[in-house]
Amino acid sequence: MNEQTTQLILDALGPLLRATVTTTIPLTIISFVLGLVLALGVALMRLSSVRAVSSVARVYVSLVRGTPLLLQLFIIYYGLPALGVRFDPFPAAVLAFTLNVGGYAAEVIRSAILSVPKGQWEAASTVGMGYVTTLRRVVLPQAARTAIPPLSNTLISLVKDTSLASTIQVTELLRVAQEAAAPTYQFFALYGVAAVYYWVVCLVLSAVQSRLEERQNRYVSA
Amino acid sequence: MTESHTPLRSTCASSAISSRSTAPQPDPLVSVSGLAKSFGDHEVLRSIDFEVAPGSVTVLVGPSGSGKTTVLRSLNALEVADAGVVRIGDVEVDFAQRPLTRREVATLRAQSGMVFQSHHLFPHLTVLENVTAGPVLARRRDRSESEAEAHELLRLVGLDEKAGAYPYQLSGGQQQRVGIARALAIRPQLMLFDEPTSALDPELVGEVLVVMKDLAAQGWTMVVVTHEIRFAQQVADQVLFMDGGVVVERGTPDEVLTRPRTERARQFLHRILDPLD
Repeated sequence: MNEQTTQLILDALGPLLRATVTTTIPLTIISFVLGLVLALGVALMRLSSVRAVSSVARVYVSLVRGTPLLLQLFIIYYGLPALGVRFDPFPAAVLAFTLNVGGYAAEVIRSAILSVPKGQWEAASTVGMGYVTTLRRVVLPQAARTAIPPLSNTLISLVKDTSLASTIQVTELLRVAQEAAAPTYQFFALYGVAAVYYWVVCLVLSAVQSRLEERQNRYVSA
Repeated sequence: MTESHTPLRSTCASSAISSRSTAPQPDPLVSVSGLAKSFGDHEVLRSIDFEVAPGSVTVLVGPSGSGKTTVLRSLNALEVADAGVVRIGDVEVDFAQRPLTRREVATLRAQSGMVFQSHHLFPHLTVLENVTAGPVLARRRDRSESEAEAHELLRLVGLDEKAGAYPYQLSGGQQQRVGIARALAIRPQLMLFDEPTSALDPELVGEVLVVMKDLAAQGWTMVVVTHEIRFAQQVADQVLFMDGGVVVERGTPDEVLTRPRTERARQFLHRILDPLD
């Protein structure tokens, strides 16, 4: 590696780190949290005994999973203005990723809820708990144990999927790397740095996942 | 009145009445009449009638599939019967009036404490938190008061030293005793037991039955589904022998378990008391 490339990498470390911290990570976290809330609602709708309600949820999940994320992003940012709905790049990305996580995580949460034995619902009911209390105090804490590994997968995928937002003018990590690389043609060096940054973020998240899993296992035998 | 409506064995039923009518009869705490349920073509229950006097112990025995668990689970509407009326205290639910509202179900359910065959303790909560789940999480009663009460109930079932343990750290018998304490904590009018010892290792059965016997001695009204014939003989005031969705025999333990009138009851008792014979 020549001196010029080294200097280029050193110069890019700061801006790429800034893009990671100010855009990639917030975009990931905001979308994931909102997506989880949406997913819980969709999962409960899918579990509803009212046909119409569960059908709406089913169609939503099917649309999200059946179309490319990049296309969803384009429809929201480039397509909706035709209907008079205009978003700035960052909110458009948050919306697209939230809807996407909402679809995928809904299936994870639904199956995790179903994995809690029916006897738990019955026992909760016989000590006087209603639907919401049972869900909050009995079912979701147990479902979390089942859901954490697949939800961590969703989160880690999302970290990398946020790079798609570079196509709608969001100045996140990949886009900053692109902009730094373009005038110098040092794609390998700068994309390499970006890759390392993504990887480190994912390593941290994996570590958090392990901690959470350990915590969840405190009430079951080893 | 339900006694006289018994479709079968009217002689048996009337003898049960006469043996009791020497003492003044209090109003029954529980009345069940015309309870019926089918799954498709299969009739699980056909017009079940019985009453439970306050402070008495009723034991349901019979082969598996006879409908006894369905009867028990109808008393708190975990099972929704097709027809029939269940009354506990002054709460009455008519299963023919469908659909039951959530409030009706909750009100009926609040009258009884339920002990399940496989305990269904909340695995993510400690023993103490399991016992306070009803009062604190569901009824929003004062936490420290409920905890004091929970410790008392745990002492009653002999497990106060396990208050901080998680359910998986307990033996099957201990888990079941915590289940009893959890059910008592909602201050029910009666206690329901659904085969509380059937899932236990044989050497752990006794500790659970002892607790149940204590409760009976303290005057708890109890309805128990069990295969423990000796428990029924010692503790029950009334035994119902069920088969094929009907009450085939009813009466005192002596009448039903020692001198059964029907061939079906005789065969069943013979099979569980002398399985090798």
